[in-house]
Amino acid sequence: MAQRIDVTDLNIYYGAFHAVADVTMAIEPRSVTAFIGPSGCGKSTYLRTLNRMHEVIPGARVEGKVTMDAVDLYAPEIDPVAVRRQVGMVFQRPNPFPTMSISENVLAGVRLNNRRISRSDAHDLVESSLRGANLWNEVKDRLDRPGSSLSGGQQQRLCIARAIAVKPQVLLMDEPCSALDPISTLAIEDLIAELKDSYTIVIVTHNMQQAARVSDRTAFFNIAGTGKPGRLIEMDDTRTMFSTPTDRATEDYISGRFG
Amino acid sequence: MTLLDRKGPPTTGRPPSTRDLLTRGDIRRTVTDRVMTGVITGAFLVALVPLVSVSWTVLSNGIGRLSPYFFSVSMRGVFGGMDAGGIYHAILGTVLITAVATLISVPVGLMAAIYLVEYGRGPLARAVTFFVDVMTGIPSIVAGLFAYALFAAIFGPGVRFGVVGSVALSVLMIPVVVRSSEEMLRLVPNELREAAYALGVPKWLTIVKVVLRTAVAGIGTGIMLAVARVIGETAPLLITVGVIDSINRNVFEGRMMTLPVYVFRQYSQGLVPCAPDAVDCIATVNFDRAWAAALTLILIVMLLNLLARLISRYFAPKAGR
Repeated sequence: MAQRIDVTDLNIYYGAFHAVADVTMAIEPRSVTAFIGPSGCGKSTYLRTLNRMHEVIPGARVEGKVTMDAVDLYAPEIDPVAVRRQVGMVFQRPNPFPTMSISENVLAGVRLNNRRISRSDAHDLVESSLRGANLWNEVKDRLDRPGSSLSGGQQQRLCIARAIAVKPQVLLMDEPCSALDPISTLAIEDLIAELKDSYTIVIVTHNMQQAARVSDRTAFFNIAGTGKPGRLIEMDDTRTMFSTPTDRATEDYISGRFG
Repeated sequence: MTLLDRKGPPTTGRPPSTRDLLTRGDIRRTVTDRVMTGVITGAFLVALVPLVSVSWTVLSNGIGRLSPYFFSVSMRGVFGGMDAGGIYHAILGTVLITAVATLISVPVGLMAAIYLVEYGRGPLARAVTFFVDVMTGIPSIVAGLFAYALFAAIFGPGVRFGVVGSVALSVLMIPVVVRSSEEMLRLVPNELREAAYALGVPKWLTIVKVVLRTAVAGIGTGIMLAVARVIGETAPLLITVGVIDSINRNVFEGRMMTLPVYVFRQYSQGLVPCAPDAVDCIATVNFDRAWAAALTLILIVMLLNLLARLISRYFAPKAGR
């Protein structure tokens, strides 16, 4: 059920501000693609265009083409809400719904859409999603407790469980470990390695080691200066990127000789 | 050395020891701290004086006449200094008129707040905000005249019934509801909206099921406080609903009595000239009834506040283990 995503000549604007320029890339199915680059270079902005989440921000618009399985996501007949059901997202800070219990959080994608689900199906979905997020054994005895009662790392895995409960094709992760301690980070990285068997995963990270550990392909974004648009500098297999990058800027950034 | 200059007498040449630096406090800071603590505590006590005074006056003057009988009868057929009559009709009128006003204000106010927070951009949103601010400052008597004029234009002059009063009250209530709901909706973290969007939830369902659900405790409290604010309004109700001595359960027809108007009415009737040999005549009965009704009104407002607290406790997002 994982799909490939092709992006051609994508330009992203916030009002008059040109945020990201001329990105062309292919994101392979059943693999992990990592975006690295300095802060403000448009990685997150670009990530959010892949499920049309950036449209939430007033004044944001996009030129260019994003296709998933040969369907243009920005064609006029496409429903952005339906896109987001197929392309799930996990955010930088864990954001479980504070008014919901752990199991309700997992079921949020179903319940918030007013879809009916039988009690046994709901239970099965909660269990399979939480197992999928490696959280089941830790929370199976307290599914009725509020989601905010979990630790930060557990909350983030709950958010991943919530995202995979709607059975998306692609999972976007925007710095999912930047608010977590190393042990929780390891748990999430293990989880990413398991999830890539069934999903296309795109992850934004500031942690070079993390990109090297979890990803199959890495894309390096850079920005020429303040007010200039971010650009995709190069993209290759992670191993190649971290051993013999073609661009000088990539090598500087990866080896820490950057700014 | 400027720092040392302020600390006690200057030491002779040698640099002060660490002990000196740590123990010799800044005297000016200590004094300022004491003075400010005194001033702030004093201000708090001064602010408390009218509260305690009002509570005590109303309680001591009003408690004497409170009885199940007083709550359960109207003023029909009561005259002179009779030791009779109650406020059932006024409680009924206040509750009904305020309830209808709430029914009008909450949907309008809440939807306006949702518009401002979730959709509003540009000149229309700015205009709504501006007029809500203007509405907050409308004197209540003007709201009463407006409601009266509106219904007089439809039903002819001299029109008086419950809903007219409710409309007058909702003119006063809507801006309060908009303001408090708007603030509560803005408190909902944007991350929760994004979390819902990322799950493929449409915007309107996100607003109904995530934003409103998360903010419901605060909104409920805000509405209760708005009700408490208008429940004591007298002038607009005097114009729009009028005065009556008997029970009227129909808000669509006929005058109604309300608690604040009842208090005003009783008090303005003043002392009763009792004949010296009269048995069943209390000279101050009108004042007694006014105080007792005022006490009842305060009790109702307190009850509403209590209810607001219960609501916010019950619906508040549960945090912690």
